[in-house]
Amino acid sequence: MTGPILDVRDLKVHFPVHAGVLLRKAGDVKAVDGVTFAVAEGETLGLVGESGCGKTTVGKAILKLVDITSGRVTFRRSDGAEVDLAALRPSAMRPLRSEIQMIYQDPYSSLNPRWTVGDTVAEPLTVHRPGMSAKERADKVAWLMEKVGLTGEQAHRYPHEFSGGQRQRVGIARALATSPRLVIADEPVSALDVSIRAQVLNLMQDLQQEFGLTYLFIAHDLSVVEHISHRIAVMYLGNLCEIGPARDVCREPLHPYTRALLSAVPLPDPDAARPGRVRLQGEVPSPLRKPSGCPFRTRCPKALPACAVSVPPLEEVRPGRFIACPVVRDELGPAAP
Amino acid sequence: MSATGASDVLLDVRGLKTYFDIEGQTAKAVDGVDLTIRENEVVGLVGESGCGKSVTALSILRLIPNPPGRIAGGEILWRGRDLLKASWPEMRSLRGREISMIFQEPMTALNPVFTVGFQLREAIVRHTKVPRREAERRAVEMLERVGIPDAGRRIGDYPHLFSGGMRQRVMIAMALALRPKLLIADEPTTALDVTIQAQILELMMDLRREAGTSILLITHDLAVIAETCSRVAVMYGGKIQEVADTRSLFREPLHPYTKGLLRSLPRPDLEKKARLETIPGIVPSILEVPRGCKFWTRCPEKQPICEQVEPDLLRVRPGRDCRCHLVKPAEEKP
Repeated sequence: MTGPILDVRDLKVHFPVHAGVLLRKAGDVKAVDGVTFAVAEGETLGLVGESGCGKTTVGKAILKLVDITSGRVTFRRSDGAEVDLAALRPSAMRPLRSEIQMIYQDPYSSLNPRWTVGDTVAEPLTVHRPGMSAKERADKVAWLMEKVGLTGEQAHRYPHEFSGGQRQRVGIARALATSPRLVIADEPVSALDVSIRAQVLNLMQDLQQEFGLTYLFIAHDLSVVEHISHRIAVMYLGNLCEIGPARDVCREPLHPYTRALLSAVPLPDPDAARPGRVRLQGEVPSPLRKPSGCPFRTRCPKALPACAVSVPPLEEVRPGRFIACPVVRDELGPAAP
Repeated sequence: MSATGASDVLLDVRGLKTYFDIEGQTAKAVDGVDLTIRENEVVGLVGESGCGKSVTALSILRLIPNPPGRIAGGEILWRGRDLLKASWPEMRSLRGREISMIFQEPMTALNPVFTVGFQLREAIVRHTKVPRREAERRAVEMLERVGIPDAGRRIGDYPHLFSGGMRQRVMIAMALALRPKLLIADEPTTALDVTIQAQILELMMDLRREAGTSILLITHDLAVIAETCSRVAVMYGGKIQEVADTRSLFREPLHPYTKGLLRSLPRPDLEKKARLETIPGIVPSILEVPRGCKFWTRCPEKQPICEQVEPDLLRVRPGRDCRCHLVKPAEEKP
């Protein structure tokens, strides 16, 4: 692994809210409110959090599918040149889209029912590789179909003839058509059955090895994220609260929210001992009424009055492990040399 | 009809068949399901999409839309009485008070044009015949019980003002108020976040403890089963494939499908970056169910007989049933 392929600095995405008869601006939904992380080439970074935490918006912001309010999103191109996606005009973004692709959650609504799946897989080639002949394109589509475990012959069929797992394979083939280097996968397996989910996860890992792909894997299912990710970033109400190696974050979570989230995850083992289980009370506050300071303080068992003052920054408390919680940082004390 | 047999059996489904007639074909969504639920018991019904688990639940309450659906055979014995022979008024008084159901999407279960309080109160008045004022008081109490903050005020709100987790709590509040003998929960937490899921599951377990309510928990999530159920039935292709107490099922699954399901879960102890084991192939459409064993097309252990003859659900040993030619009852072994 070399330096980061993607470097996100203090990313903010705010959506204005309009209210009243005159639809005056009434405030902002701070969907993403100062998020910083980097993804190394060939790495899988898992981005987890509950609904409304802003994880999907982070993915969309990187692809410029939503307007970025502020911050930098630095992407290193295949020729080594670094570009700040946040500052790019839409027309300048276009050639970059072949290097950054997305896999969507719902394999039922993300394919056009009137197109053959071959048409869907070929579309990015038509856009980004206009020089390709029809024959070359058809060959590439057949090759992609086989890479994702389908047959070239199936390219002539329509989405309704495929199962959910097969459609997700089509979605992956489409994403890979332009040989991207960074793939943003937003809940790619959560609509799939257990036995099919494992097939798609294995496929994603195989493709990563073969093509050296970098994944930003956005999901809410921690057992899946732990399995596929090298590192995990945990989000709550628009902010990151913890980043670290996947196994460490799942074995020994440090941030109070990560602890609560992990202890809420049911384990497929009736004899699992769950000492010190934390039960969160209440629900995630609306992003319209985000608490001041640390966004988690209203539900945090460790909250102190100081937590309401300012948003705590991510700090490295152990090698490679970052948390946004001064209370736990002070409890842990300085790292052993 | 009087209650017969083991007196603690609440629900005894025998050979239930629910078919759907679609475009000249018959989809055998449920094709001979046997399932018993005893008093004060939490039973899991687990399977993948299209296996017939939700249709089984709807059939028990006779909520299958007809046409296209029809219950083509079997018995649904509720405390010894066959619900398939009950009249509509009988069914109506049974639903809610004796058997309650909560659904995956709680928005569809609440009427959007009435306040939450009105719906709760009506359910209480209709089923328990208490005066309206008492019903109102009980409704607020139940909303507080399930953790709705500021319940006295929220009771005047319409369902769209509640989040998904809140609505599911309202449904559980309704179940709590009516204290049914059986709660059928069909994927009750699938649409919810894990921290809310944990709260809802805990509430359901409280309901069982406090009101002695039995629960039939229908889910695709084996981890939810492991945390809540005492017994599990595994369904595939419209049939129950295996029944066991939860611990035995996870420790020693017998049916190749159950084994495959458990192996395909990501496990924390799995070697990092190791491949997951998978069940090959896809879940067959219910219009193309294979003859013979329903699972042979994907089974790693299949034998020639499996393609021809469907095995029976056999009692392998006390409390453990399995539908597989390779799994023989213990006493038949040499």
